[in-house]
Amino acid sequence: MKGSLSKVPISKEWDIVGARQTGRNIAKELGFGSVNQARIATTISELARNIYLYTEYGEISFEEVCEKTKVGLKIIATDSGPGIKDISRVMEDGYSTSGGLGAGLPGVKRLMDEFDVESNGDGTKITVIMWLR
Amino acid sequence: MRIPILKLQNYLLVSIQVELDDQTAIEFQEDLLNKIHETGATGVVVDLTSVEIIESFIAKVLGDVVSMAELMGAKVVLTGIQPAVSMTLIDLGIHLKNVKTALDLEQGLIKLKQELEEK
Repeated sequence: MKGSLSKVPISKEWDIVGARQTGRNIAKELGFGSVNQARIATTISELARNIYLYTEYGEISFEEVCEKTKVGLKIIATDSGPGIKDISRVMEDGYSTSGGLGAGLPGVKRLMDEFDVESNGDGTKITVIMWLR
Repeated sequence: MRIPILKLQNYLLVSIQVELDDQTAIEFQEDLLNKIHETGATGVVVDLTSVEIIESFIAKVLGDVVSMAELMGAKVVLTGIQPAVSMTLIDLGIHLKNVKTALDLEQGLIKLKQELEEK
């Protein structure tokens, strides 16, 4: 059992709320408890906000993943923006180019079980997973 | 969508019961400051019992409105932050250190009274 569950385009501010509601519903259906639903929804909000702030267009997709006996939710945020120039800096707490709180990516990494970021001049792909326990 | 702000004696009471998007949060910030100005309220309780998610942007708006209100001379207490919201905020690295909080509306009003009497 594995596969794509949903895909939400991000181009307007309101899409941030739409994406996190979709993600929260999927998390609930997969059996995540309320605290992890909040972690997942918050993660989606942070990732979607980065797409909205820094790029013209991107999307958030949701997949159910299985590994041995584990089941999890994989969330992939992709955009075709300018890419992240210095990944190690954006992973520092408190770093922000937009005047926000800078909680973005390091916070997302702490919220989720797995975190991966790939970025180049053609865009950025951030993949996170939370496992059901 | 506007968040209702109620006046009770010298206090303003706000209960946020909608999913906060950016626009609503910014409007709330302005509305609250205008209402403080209009009414001369000295204390504000913002109850977050029904709020299921506070991410970095909303946290910044809330933290800012507390500082802005204090610049105007009104004390603000945030109440009812859910366990899941508290956990995600700390994971995000957001501590809201300068913000006064209380468990619920009742405790919030007590705290506000104490804060204002200290002066």
